[in-house]
Amino acid sequence: YILYILIYIPIFVFVLLRKLIKEEGENDFQEELVIRPLHSGDIYASFQFRTLWETDFMRENKVSHYRLFPKSLGQVISKFSVRELHISFTQGYWRTMQWGQPFLPSPPGAELWVWFQDSVTDVDAAWKELTNVLSGIFCASLNFIDSTNTVQPSASFKPLGIVNETDHRFLRYATLPREIVCTENLTPWKKLLPCGSKAGLAVLLKSEKLFHSSFFSQTVHIRPVCQDRECKTTSWELRQTLNVVFDLHTSGQGKREWSLFKMFSRTLTEACPLASSSKIYIDVTDNPQEEYFELSPATPLLSQAVVLGDRRTFSVYDLTQQVTFGTVRSLNLLIRWKSTEGDMLRPLLHAERYVAGYGLQTGEIHTVMYNNHPFRSFPVLLLDSVPWYLRLYIHTLTVTSKGKDNTPSYIHYQPSKDRMRPHLLEMLVQLPPHSVTEVTVQFERALLKWTEYTPDPNHGFYVGSSVISALVPSSVAMDTNITQEQPLFSSFFPCKEESSYFVRVYTEPLLVNLPTPDFSMPYNVICLTCTVVAVGYGSLYNLLTRSFQIEEPNPRLAKKIANFIRRIRGVPLLS
Amino acid sequence: MAAPLTLLLVVAVTIRAALYRSSLAEVIAERVEVVSPITAWKRVIEGLALLDLGVSPYSGDVFHETPLVIYLFHFLVDYAEITFMLADVISAIALYLAVKEYNKQVVRKKQKFALEADRYPQDCLELIRSPKEMLYIPLKVAMFYLLNPFTILSCVAKSTCGLNNAPQIITPHCFKISFAVFLCLATYQSIYPLTLCAPAMLYLMQRQYIPVNYRRASFWWFVVQYLFMYLGSLFVLICLSFFLLGSWDYLPSVYGFILSVPDLTPNIGLFWYFFAEMFEHFRLFFLCVFQINVFFYTVPLSIKLKDHPVFLMFMQLAVISIFKSYPTVGDIALYMALLPVWSHLHRFLRNIFLVSCVLLACSVLFPVLWHLWIYAGSANSNFYYAITLLFNVAQILLVSDYFYAFLRREHHLIHGLYLKKKDGSEATLVLK
Repeated sequence: YILYILIYIPIFVFVLLRKLIKEEGENDFQEELVIRPLHSGDIYASFQFRTLWETDFMRENKVSHYRLFPKSLGQVISKFSVRELHISFTQGYWRTMQWGQPFLPSPPGAELWVWFQDSVTDVDAAWKELTNVLSGIFCASLNFIDSTNTVQPSASFKPLGIVNETDHRFLRYATLPREIVCTENLTPWKKLLPCGSKAGLAVLLKSEKLFHSSFFSQTVHIRPVCQDRECKTTSWELRQTLNVVFDLHTSGQGKREWSLFKMFSRTLTEACPLASSSKIYIDVTDNPQEEYFELSPATPLLSQAVVLGDRRTFSVYDLTQQVTFGTVRSLNLLIRWKSTEGDMLRPLLHAERYVAGYGLQTGEIHTVMYNNHPFRSFPVLLLDSVPWYLRLYIHTLTVTSKGKDNTPSYIHYQPSKDRMRPHLLEMLVQLPPHSVTEVTVQFERALLKWTEYTPDPNHGFYVGSSVISALVPSSVAMDTNITQEQPLFSSFFPCKEESSYFVRVYTEPLLVNLPTPDFSMPYNVICLTCTVVAVGYGSLYNLLTRSFQIEEPNPRLAKKIANFIRRIRGVPLLS
Repeated sequence: MAAPLTLLLVVAVTIRAALYRSSLAEVIAERVEVVSPITAWKRVIEGLALLDLGVSPYSGDVFHETPLVIYLFHFLVDYAEITFMLADVISAIALYLAVKEYNKQVVRKKQKFALEADRYPQDCLELIRSPKEMLYIPLKVAMFYLLNPFTILSCVAKSTCGLNNAPQIITPHCFKISFAVFLCLATYQSIYPLTLCAPAMLYLMQRQYIPVNYRRASFWWFVVQYLFMYLGSLFVLICLSFFLLGSWDYLPSVYGFILSVPDLTPNIGLFWYFFAEMFEHFRLFFLCVFQINVFFYTVPLSIKLKDHPVFLMFMQLAVISIFKSYPTVGDIALYMALLPVWSHLHRFLRNIFLVSCVLLACSVLFPVLWHLWIYAGSANSNFYYAITLLFNVAQILLVSDYFYAFLRREHHLIHGLYLKKKDGSEATLVLK
C-alpha cells in the first residue's frame, strides 16, 4: 500500500498542479528559412520565426509567466491595449523587377503601424508612449515618430489578424524613411527569439554578413489569430521575419555558387530544442530536372505551396531529424549553378515614384503603377503620406492610364496642418490590363524656420514610400483554409478568396531639397531688419514730434569760451 | 473728362486681356513678389477643390481667404479674369472720382485762402495751385493706378489683392456714413485696413463741417455713429461667414494666419526672413512688436494731420503696405497711385531721385536674385533678403520724404516762402 501511495500521490499532485498552471495556455514555436535563387544571380533568404500563445493579454490580472513569448513584447501589448503591431526595419530598396515579389514587403527605413483595442480612450497618448517604448526595445530612434509623420489611413492597412469591426480611429501608421538599420537593431531583435542566437536557424544571423547585402529587413508582427475554422479559440501570434538578399558580386565574389557558409559564415548544427518544427525550404520550381543548378546535400523531401499566386516546389530540409545533419553533424547547403539560362516570372504589379520639376520652389510627384497582367484589370489602393512642408495642391491631381484620364472611384484626402500633421491621400484606382498608370500631383516647397532643418539640410528631406495594396488575380487557386498546415512564408497574408492574393508594394522614398536660409545669420538678420523698421520709426517720429524752425548759426567754440569768460569778468560780449 | 478716362480704361483692359492670353500669365501667377499665401489664385482654386472633395478648405493650411471669397468665386470661377479686370476698373474710377472730389475741396479752401490773403505772407501765393493745374490730376491718378506695372502684374496673376484694394479705395470717396460698409469689407479681408478708420472719420467730419475737437459733443456723437456702423457691419459679415460654412474654422485660418505668420514663404516684406532666423524664445515678442508697428502710427499721425485727412489716408495706406505681414506689389501700387495728388510738393522733396533709382533697381533685381537662389543655386537667401531690405528702406524714404515735403509746405504757407534769418541772410529750415 505504501508503494501505491508513494506512486499515486505524487502523480495526483502533479496532475493537479498541471491543471492549475494550465491557464498559461499552449505555447508553440516554429522556425523556417526559405532560400530562393534569383534570376540575376543574387540569392534571397527569408527567415520566419513564429510563436503562438493561447492567452489573453487584455484580462484583468496580468500575465506573469512567459515561456516562449518574449516578456517585453507581452508587457507592451497589455499595457497599451494593442490589438495588432507591425514594425519593420529595412535597409535598401526591394527591386521588384529584378527580384520578383518578396514574401513580406517592407519600405526602406522604419515602418510602424498599430491597431489599438476599442477600449483605448486616448489613442494619441498611447501611440506616443508606445513609440518611445519600442524605441527602447529595438534601440532605434522611433521617438522621432510624432504627429507630423503619423497618419490614420482609412482604407489601407486593415487588420491582418482577427477582424471585428474596423474603426480607423484606432489605427496609426508612421514611417521614418531616414532610419538606418545596423547591428544595434539586430541584437535586441535576436534576443526576442526563444532560443536567442544560440541554437536553431538563428545561429546564422551574424551581422557582419547580413549587413553586407543589397537588402536587409527585420520585422516583428503581433496579431491575434484563430486556431480553428469557427474561431472558438484565439491565440496571439508573434512573427519575426528577416529578409536578406545577397548580391552576386559583393557577397558572392562573382561566382554563381551559394552555400550557407558563404552567405552567413556559419553552418547549422542543430534545430532549436524549443521549436516544434524547424525547416529549410529551397525554391526549386525553375529547376525540375536539375538542369540549372544542383543542390547538395540531396534531400528526398519535396513540398509544394501556393505562394504569391503561383504554385512553387520546394526542397525541404527538416532540422528536427538528425539524419539531415549527416555524419559531419553540420548542415552546409550548397547551390551550384550549371548554366545561366531561364527567365523570371514578371511580377504582375509593381510601382515607381519620382519627383519631377526643377528649382526649389515647386515640383511634381509622379507615381507610376504597372499592371502586367495580360487581360485582367484590378483595383489598387494607393496611400500617400507627404510631409507638411511639401504643400500638395490636390486640384492638380491627375490620374492617367494609357494616355486617357482615369478617375479614381474613391478619394480620401486629409490636407496637412503646418507643423502638426502630414498630408494623407488615399485613392482607389482601377488599373487596366497590361497598362501603365501615372498619378501626378504638384507641390510647393516651404521655407522652414532655421531650427527645423536637420544638421545636413542640403542632403534633403525624405518623403516616405507610397503604399499600394491590391488583390491581384492569381493564376492558381489559393487555399482559403486557415487550419491546414502551410509553410509560414505562404500564410502571412490572410486569404479570403481563391482567385486572388493580397499584395502590398512599396515605392521608393523620395529625397526632396528645400530652400534653406543662411544658418550663420540669425543675429545679423535680426539687427538688419530691426534697423529698417527703426529707420521708418525714426523718420516718422522726427516728423511728428518736431517742428520747423529757422536755424540760427551756432557761434564757434572759441567765441563761446571767450563770451563765457567775458560774462564772468562782466565785460561786454563779442557779437 | 469722361472721354480720356474711357480711353484709359480701354487701354488698360486691352493690356490686361493681352497678357491673360499670353503664356506669361502662368509665369506671373507663380512669382512670389506678386502673390502671397493670402492672395494667390492657385490657393483659391485649391480651396474650391477641397470644398468639392467634401473637406473643409480651412482644415489644411493652404487656403487663407475669407468665406465670402469662396462664395464669390464658387459662382465666378469661370469668369475670374473679368472679375479682376472689373475690380481694377472700379478702383480706377473710384480713385478718379475721389480725387476730383478732393480737388474741389482744395479749390474751395484756396478761395477761402485768397479771400484772407492779406493775413498771409505774400510770397506763398506761388505755393497755391490754380484749378487749371489741378485739372488733369484725377486722370493722372487713374493712369498711375491702371498703367502701373505692379497693378498689371497683380491683375494678370489674378491675385485677390485687387479685390482687397477696391473697397479701400472706395472709402475716401464716401460722404455718407453708410459707406463705412466698404471699409468694413476691406478690414474683413485683411485686418490692417482697420487703421483707415481714423482718416475716413476725419474726412467725413471735414466734409460735414464737424469740428475735430474732443471737447465738443458733436465730435463724439459722430464718432459713435461711425463706429456703430462700422462695427455693426463687421459683426454682420463675420456672422454671415459663419453661416456660409457652418463653423468658426475660418477665424484662425484667416486672421490667425495674418497675425501669427506661420508661413515663411519669401515675399517683398520684412517678416519672412526675420522669423525664419528668429530664436524660438523671442518669436512671440518680435511678432507682437512687428504687428503693433503697423497699427501704432495711427494715433500720432491722426493728431498731426487732423486737418488733412486725405494725406493721412495716403500715409496710412503706405504704412500698411510696407509693414504688413504678407505684402505684395499690388499693395504698393495702391498708395503709389495717389502720388500725383501731391505733385505740387516736388520742390520740397529731398531724396526723390535716390528713392526712384533704388525702387527701380530693386524691382529689376527681385526676379534676378530669386532665379539665382531658387533655380541656379549660385546665390543664397541672403541676396534676396538684401534686396527686400533695400526695397523697404526706399519705400520708407519715399513716404517720409513726402511727409516732410507736406509739412514743410504747410509751414511755408503760414510763415512765408522766402524766410530770412535775424541778420537778413537766407535761412535754412531744420526740424527741431
